[in-house]
Amino acid sequence: MASQGSGNGQSIQDMIAKSRNSKGKKITEKLMPILLFIAALISVLTTIGIVFTLIFETFEFFQRVSITDYLFGTNWFPFSGNNPTFGVLPLILGTLKITVIAIIVAVPIGLAAAIYLSEYASDKARRTIKPILEVLAGVPTIVYGFFALTFVTPILQQLIPSLKIFNALSPGIVVGIMIIPMIASLSEDAMSSVPNSIREGALALGATKFEVAIKVVLPAALSGIISSIVLAVSRALGETMIVSLAGGATPTFNFDVTGSIQTMTAYIVQVSSGDAGYGTTIYYSIYAVGFTLFIFTLIMNLLAHYISKRFREEY
Amino acid sequence: MVKTMIKNENTMKNIVQSSQNVGEESIIINDQNKNTVFGTKNFNLWYGDHHALRDINLDIKENDVTAIIGPSGCGKSTYIKALNRMVELVPIVKTNGVINYRDRNIFEAQYEVEELRTKVGMVFQKPNPFPKSIYDNIAYGPRIHGIKNKKVLDEIVEKSLRGAAIWDEVKDRLNQNAYGLSGGQQQRICIARCLAIEPDVILMDEPTSALDPISTLKVEELVQELKDNYSIIIVTHNMQQAARISDKTAFFLNGEVVEFDNTDKIFSTPTDQRTEDYISGRFG
Repeated sequence: MASQGSGNGQSIQDMIAKSRNSKGKKITEKLMPILLFIAALISVLTTIGIVFTLIFETFEFFQRVSITDYLFGTNWFPFSGNNPTFGVLPLILGTLKITVIAIIVAVPIGLAAAIYLSEYASDKARRTIKPILEVLAGVPTIVYGFFALTFVTPILQQLIPSLKIFNALSPGIVVGIMIIPMIASLSEDAMSSVPNSIREGALALGATKFEVAIKVVLPAALSGIISSIVLAVSRALGETMIVSLAGGATPTFNFDVTGSIQTMTAYIVQVSSGDAGYGTTIYYSIYAVGFTLFIFTLIMNLLAHYISKRFREEY
Repeated sequence: MVKTMIKNENTMKNIVQSSQNVGEESIIINDQNKNTVFGTKNFNLWYGDHHALRDINLDIKENDVTAIIGPSGCGKSTYIKALNRMVELVPIVKTNGVINYRDRNIFEAQYEVEELRTKVGMVFQKPNPFPKSIYDNIAYGPRIHGIKNKKVLDEIVEKSLRGAAIWDEVKDRLNQNAYGLSGGQQQRICIARCLAIEPDVILMDEPTSALDPISTLKVEELVQELKDNYSIIIVTHNMQQAARISDKTAFFLNGEVVEFDNTDKIFSTPTDQRTEDYISGRFG
């Protein structure tokens, strides 16, 4: 009936066949995979391009400064007129101070939040809190930066009178706060994907809720939790604005967290926003530092990838 | 004496029947001497507005294998999950009436659910070992209840695995992940895990529905061995299984107990027409 009803008296099958054989459809089918492939290629090529530029300019830097002086030197004074030194260890140490403080702050709080959300929170509470956490992860880091400088540092100075205006402690804590949502959210995902049947198995043995969370769910979700922490570490290593604003610009080689420091990222900001001329050693040094940082975060990301593959639990 | 023991309609029915059938009388009288593990009195349960269990009256005796049969959605799983209060994990559940475990109402406010579940173990429909080694699976229960001594744990693990008839298959790979085992082996690991804290009662919620016939047979044989030391309540949708392994059978329909009697009786001469229809495969 329907075929007779249609305008030109064709059956439905005829119309389908016509549409299938139409040129437009055939071209689209051929063209689309190519366009999609190009889109994928652009991101890959850009990454490769960036890495190559980094390597290229870094190579140029090492024509001027010996690689051992760079890797093992404990003095970073690129601006000292006649006798600049480029020992990267103070910058690495500054970066590690921030990262370690951030992790000390973020891991316990992030994990506790994840356990609460996954094991204790009602559906309603979870649906309210998780989006808020994710919004927190979207706050621009510059905002965190002046939060560290103008809010956290003064409070800490009340507690520790010897604390300098620019120090490692305050930005370290704030970087920690910044990565809490990342750890909490990703760990919560990992813990929520532990099947309920396993929780029931433990509850049926007379385990309390907390015993189930700590002794069953946490170990079962460990791979996801560890990779969330590793990703957070990688984020902390690369964090720039908070440390530039609140950490200072003094590359120091010691373990003091109350004084001014400089991280790898903060150094790059300092040079990029200053007036180092093109082609100077200082100009090339930011590529070397950038490349060093890249190696650090690359290792972290590969580690996260490896851990989540290697320790994945099949339920 | 007998009269004071009459606790509900079902036992009364038993006695009426046994007086008609002399052969069965001794079984019933033996039965009266057995202790009641679970006494259910006028028990009702709702999921929100859905009335899932209606006025359940059921006395489950020590060292019996009690089978609970009935079509899907009849409340049989809900009932055994009420016995260790696992049903409370569903937030919208409401109950009234009484379930006594060893003469104490488990729904009393001061009854600690962990204590109940330590006494009343459970084996689930789908094998649910922890993603840990076989050893740690078995040792989990004793450990959370404070047993730390390695030697004692070793003994418990071996004893439980032997008790679940799986020791010979896994003794050389106790440190391997339990997920590497077959479904049937995993289910016996779960039974061993349950035995490790030496419960009084074992609840089994369709324990063989996810298993192949050979594994099913092994679990059924195991149930027969375990009944000497444990009271077992098993939910099954497989009537042959109920007939093979149980001493008593309760037939549930639409949230009510239609009939509860010796398994032989239920499967040969059921009293209720609906039981007969179900047994003979006319519905469900």
